Amino acid sequence: MPVKPIIEGQGLRKEFGTLKAVDGISFSVMPGEVFGFLGPNGAGKTTTMKMIECVSPATAGVLTVFGLDVNRDPRGIKRWLGVVPQETNLDPDFTAIENLLIYARYFGIPPAEARRRSEDLLSFVQLSEKRNVPIEKLSGGMKRRLILARALVNSPRLLVLDEPTIGLDPQARHLMWEKLKALQAAGNTIVLTTHYLEEAERLCNRLVIMDHGKILVEGAPGDLVRQYAGEDVVEADHTPGVVRCLEEIGARFEVHGDMVQVFSDRPKEVATRLLSDCNPGRVFVRRGSLEDVFLSLTGRALRD
Amino acid sequence: MIPRPTWYAWKVWRRNWDVFFKTYRVNFLPPFVEPVLYLLAIGYGLGMFVGEIDGVPYVLYIAPALLAISMMNSSFFECTYSSFVRMYYQKTFDAMISTPLSIEDVIAGELLWGATRSLIYATAMLAVLIVFGVVSLPSSLLVIPFSFLAGLLFSGIGMCFTAITPGIDTLNYPAFLFITPMFLFSGTFFPLSVLPEALQLVAIAVLPLAQVVTVTRSLTLATLSPLFLYSLAWIASCAAIFFFLSIHLMKKRLVV
Repeated sequence: MPVKPIIEGQGLRKEFGTLKAVDGISFSVMPGEVFGFLGPNGAGKTTTMKMIECVSPATAGVLTVFGLDVNRDPRGIKRWLGVVPQETNLDPDFTAIENLLIYARYFGIPPAEARRRSEDLLSFVQLSEKRNVPIEKLSGGMKRRLILARALVNSPRLLVLDEPTIGLDPQARHLMWEKLKALQAAGNTIVLTTHYLEEAERLCNRLVIMDHGKILVEGAPGDLVRQYAGEDVVEADHTPGVVRCLEEIGARFEVHGDMVQVFSDRPKEVATRLLSDCNPGRVFVRRGSLEDVFLSLTGRALRD
Repeated sequence: MIPRPTWYAWKVWRRNWDVFFKTYRVNFLPPFVEPVLYLLAIGYGLGMFVGEIDGVPYVLYIAPALLAISMMNSSFFECTYSSFVRMYYQKTFDAMISTPLSIEDVIAGELLWGATRSLIYATAMLAVLIVFGVVSLPSSLLVIPFSFLAGLLFSGIGMCFTAITPGIDTLNYPAFLFITPMFLFSGTFFPLSVLPEALQLVAIAVLPLAQVVTVTRSLTLATLSPLFLYSLAWIASCAAIFFFLSIHLMKKRLVV
């Protein structure tokens, strides 16, 4: 029997007046997968998450979660959904543990069970000592972790995370990644958006890169890097000599400020050639990254 | 399309209940202190000069008005400023609708809570008025269930403003242009009959507080006003209308 996708979107559109926030995307997320939505600001990632969360109706297209239609059975879907929103919306009128207990009540979890789960989750996100602290007294990283714990209180079958590590310092971010890895290892299906490409590379089994409401590419991070950036990337100072050399070799390159980036499946050859013939100043060879893929697909112009 | 909130609304109600009793010391101050101040200053102080209205000592005349005003304020301000803060600044509603709660449930819960607040305040205030001996018993006890209905009316009206206000500052318009005049011109501190006839008709036809004062006064004085049934029916039907209308407007605002 074929495995059914947890989420399936077909020809999904969302328009706000004349703005096409999501412009006909199709994707499917399989059980146990960590699936990423990447893209610059305004690409339509958050809008897509809101449609999956059943809080924003699609203008057109079909979207099913757990095989249920988001328009027809939002309650049935939301029952099994864990949501980490981009904006911190913990309840400031309560303490850390009360936030979990009250959230559990929204799901109809019996009080004794809710208390047991809340204690477990607080210890999972390393906030047990902060259990009775009011929300305003928590640091940014603690708040994000508490939101993750809150999203897990109903033992969700699908976790939806919109920028889970936004605004966190490196320590807090690594802790968050560790927790998400643990959840993934336990077989959870996770959908996340991020513009931290390192985060996507570390966590996602599969991802799409979106821009202007459309999906540009889809695949495993490694495959995308190989396909769009090459295994290795050579960088050299941007001098007329270097450019002439590269044109002679016929290598594909891009100029970014004072650096030239060369995409090649023969990086060592290119680097050797540059060093021996072209007097390049500095030359680096580094592994291709998702960031190279991202920037080459979405361009370098600033987005608001 | 009539909104269809479900029993899940009580979970939202319960959340607000929990917050209220976390800070109950502050919350219970007004319903106990306010009536004492008003009774002393206006009822007995001003009452010295007024004497009687319609054959009723002034302090007995204003006692039901204090109850009615308290029902209005506790529910209207809960479902305007407080609901707006929860919706806009705290994003509490966003968090709630990520759970099995629908937006209809959330707003219905807020409205039921506003009504409950009216009931809590009116009940506390009634206890003070009973101690002062300015309300008739046992008919005044009916004020308790009635305060829930009256609270639901003002909650619904308030929530409609919350649904259409661009920001928290613009909520001052209904507060000053609607609530304050109503506070003064609803037969609260003087009978409507002293107003020009046109104004009397307007008050009786459209001012929610005028209806609530009529009903409450009938209960605390144990003398049925000829408008009693009219006002009660007015309150019940408008409470129902604004209940659904406000949910509908909030849905339009929040589901995008």
